[in-house]
This record gives sequence, structure tokens and C-alpha cells, in this order.
Amino acid sequence: MPILFNEMMMREIIMDHYSHPRNRREGDETYKTIYMDSESCVDKIYVQAKIENDVLKDVCWHGVGCAISTASTSIMTELLKNKTTKEAEYIIDNYFKMIREEPYDSECLDEAIVFMNTSKQAGRIKCATIGFRGMDEILKGDKNG
Amino acid sequence: MFDIEKIRNDFPMLKQTMQNHPLIYFDNGATTLKPNQVIDAEMEYYKSYTANAHRGDYDIAYKVDTEYESARKKIAKFINAGDNEVVFTSGTSMGLNMIAHGLAYSYLHEGDIILISEAEHASNVLPWFKAAEIAKAKIEYIPLDEKGRVTLENLKKVITPRCKVVALAHISNVLGYEIDVINFSKIIHENGGLFVLDGAQSVPHKKVDVKLLDVDFLVFSGHKMLGPTGIGAMYGKYDLLLKLDPLMTGGGMNTTFDMCGHIGYQYPPLKFEAGTQNIAGAIGFGAAIDYLNNIGMDIIEKREAELKEYAINKMKDLDNIIIYNSDSTSSIITFNFKDVFAQDGATLLNSKGIAVRSGLHCAKILVDFLKTDATIRASLYFYNTKEEIDYFVEQLKKGEDFLDAYFI
Repeated sequence: MPILFNEMMMREIIMDHYSHPRNRREGDETYKTIYMDSESCVDKIYVQAKIENDVLKDVCWHGVGCAISTASTSIMTELLKNKTTKEAEYIIDNYFKMIREEPYDSECLDEAIVFMNTSKQAGRIKCATIGFRGMDEILKGDKNG
Repeated sequence: MFDIEKIRNDFPMLKQTMQNHPLIYFDNGATTLKPNQVIDAEMEYYKSYTANAHRGDYDIAYKVDTEYESARKKIAKFINAGDNEVVFTSGTSMGLNMIAHGLAYSYLHEGDIILISEAEHASNVLPWFKAAEIAKAKIEYIPLDEKGRVTLENLKKVITPRCKVVALAHISNVLGYEIDVINFSKIIHENGGLFVLDGAQSVPHKKVDVKLLDVDFLVFSGHKMLGPTGIGAMYGKYDLLLKLDPLMTGGGMNTTFDMCGHIGYQYPPLKFEAGTQNIAGAIGFGAAIDYLNNIGMDIIEKREAELKEYAINKMKDLDNIIIYNSDSTSSIITFNFKDVFAQDGATLLNSKGIAVRSGLHCAKILVDFLKTDATIRASLYFYNTKEEIDYFVEQLKKGEDFLDAYFI
């Protein structure tokens, strides 16, 4: 569903996910968990995924973050839930491409394209990718072991 | 005479733009901009008299020695210390590590107490954790008062003769509160302790006289006072420097050694300067001291107080701004936009060309005390202007539109 968001809609989506973050809860011990933080910013979040038969049965997160990290992580959880690991890897890869201003498949990103302007505030790339990077590490870790 | 136009012309960075706006640099607590005089002094060493210090027998090497030691003399005079009491470091962090390490090996014993406060920068906390580990000493904290200040009263409550070292920031890097150093010294010395003063946020902004303040050690960074990065100074009373164990050993700091492990160290300050030093940085630091002296530290302090007062008065009128330290005397303003996360607020200001810092400002402990996840810090220097503050305050009014930063 290629949605063409206008600027007002993009702002509303970010604010909506910031004010009402989706899937913000703690998963139990059956979830793979990764802790993401950085010395240079305040964001500290846990990304969690329940993977069964190469499908992301559930994705959730908790922690503290700014509007950009909160909204992007919230959108990530909705986007990747019930996707196969392969689909998830494709989406994450295209999200990173969008952030780096490289050609990307906008269709697979759905609401996540609201962060297409992040490179205008380069200092915030870390915030806009924190949840996606967390999931990326979970998937890579899963593959390696 | 304080000629702001002439001064601003000396700083190439003040002609830069950011996000298509003239740069407004309010992150002076992190580092300051450099005047041409400092940049030229450092470049001159690289272009016309490069050689190592304390090594050569030729004319250029002799000039390097002269310039390097002349920079040390300037710094010593600036804080009213003896020339042999000033050690070059890479900055405040290294100075504090040198002192903590040295005291751990040559002064602290099991069960001794190292007293710091709840408001210290990580670089005045973690080296002491290490020292405590080495010497089996204990860390204790001076509690903050209700405003987040380190007060004489609270020092008196916790200090005992077992407190062998008290290490405190002269001016806190988060809230900018200043401690009453003279009276702190008195109480600490009455209890038989050593007083280590972190001058990173004070020496650049006001006259600091080590004899008047009677501190045992003082550390500060060159880059926070117009100097190059990677250079700083550690002051220690000479008899203490004689006893202090050197953190770094190697070339240039020994007089003799043999295969049996007999070593003779140089006398201070050279005892602490192992290996080739940051010669260009030291010379640039000297030029920064000249620049500050030309204006006058009294004038700089007064100018900053005026700017701070002006900014606070304007910011106080804004309903959407929370100021955490309106009564502190330094030029650090710690604030937040109401209901806007600090990083989002700082990004909005970035999109308007204003450089401020969001985050924990390294004093993670203090954030527990302030009860907020993060703050924004605007820190001024003498080259900032009221016009810059006016523009800054106009942008502060737009806090609720913080997503504008992504849609410009």
C-alpha cells in the first residue's frame, strides 16, 4: 500500500506514536531481548522479539527515549510483528537505506517513511534507528546462534 | 576596553552558519571557540620551528623549549602558582586521573575516605572509584541541598579526619553553582584532608588564585578557555607533587635507570610529563592565556554575569520553559521545554542555528536528583551577545513545534 503522506500527516503519525507508543511492554523469558543505549544520548531502550519458526510472533519494547526514538521504535514494532525473519530483514535494510538517503523500497516501510527527513538533523539518526538497530541485532544474533 | 566587534572578528567560527542560520554557539561549557591568535600560535610551531622539547642541541629545539616553558609560566602566573607547580596534561580528565592514581599509590590507605559530591562530573567520580579500589579506600558523598548545591553546611555534616581527600568541582557543569572554595579549604585542612579542585568550569570564566583559595590541587582544560583540544594543566603544591606517584612513566621523566630497577625521576613538573608532550597544544594554550589576560578576567566575569542575567530575565517570562538554576552565578543555564524531551528541544534549536547540549551532561547522579531524564544546557562565554540571546529566546517560544526541525 504505497501511501503518500503529506507533511501534516507525517507530523501527526510521529506525535501519535510518541504520545501513545504501541507495544510498549515487557516480554517474558521466551523473548529475545537486546538493550540499546548510547553514551551520547539519553535513549535507553530494550527491544524484545518472540520468534517461532522464523516468524516474529511478537515484537515489543520498553525504556526511555525522545520523541524520535520512541515513535520510530513504536512504528518498528507494528511493522515487523507477524513478519517472517526474511521479510523483517528486508524492511530493516530498506529503512536504513532511507535514513542514509539511498534508493529504497518505500512500499515495505509503510508509516516508517515519516522518518525520511532524519538526515536533515544528522545528530538524530541514532534516535530514528535505535529500535530498528535493536531488531537487526536480534535477527543477526538469531542467525549466528 | 571591551570591544565586542573586534573580539568577535578574532573568532573564525563566529562567521560560520549552521542549518542556513548564522551560528549561535551556546555550548561553551563543552568547549569554546578559538581565536586566530591561538590557531596561529599552534600553526606557527608546525610551520616554522618544529622540534621536540627537552631533547635537542640545535637552535630550533632551543626555541621549542623556550616557547613550551614560557607557556607553562603564563599558566602558572594566571593561577598564581609557581612555575614548577604546573604540569601539562591532556585535559581535566587526565589531571584528575593523575591525582587519583598518584594519591592511591602514595597517600591513601585502607579504610580512608575519599569525599566527593553528588553533583560531580564523571571525570571527578570514576578516577576516585579506581583510587578507592587500588587503596581499599571508601567513597562518600556530600549531599546536595534542596537546590542542588554543594554547601559548606553539608560538607561540615559529613567530613571527618578520616576523609583524606576531598575532590569537588569549583563550578558544577550541570547547574553552574559555585562552591565557597576558601571556606571549604579551611574546613578540609582542619580535618587533615587534601583538597582537589576541578576547575574545568571556573578557570575559564573567573580569576582563580591557588594561593588565595589554598587548594592542594587544581585541574583545568585548555579547550574550555580558547585553547586547543588535548591540552590542560594540573596544579599541585610543590611538596605534594614531590611525593605524588606518577601515572605515566617513560622518556623525559627519569634522570637515570638501570637493569636492576633503580630509577631516578625528574623533579616536578617534568616527573609527570613522560613521552613527547602536546607541544603545539601547550603553545596554543599559552596564546589563549595571553588573549584572556588582554581582556582581563574581571571584565570577562562581569560580562558573563550580565549576559546570564539578561538571558534568565527573558527566559523567565516564557511559560513553556523550566529553568533549573536561575540563581546560579555562572553562565550555565540548565532548562527544558515543558513536555518536550530535551533532545527534541535541542534539535529544534539546532534547526535554527543554535548550538546547545542536551543530555545528562555526564553528571548522571545529578539527574537522579533533578528528577528529569535529561536537560538542555546553554552555556555562554564572553564573546556571546545580547542579540544572540534575543534570537535564542524567540526560538524558545516555538518549543511545541519541535518536529519543525524535520520539515524545513
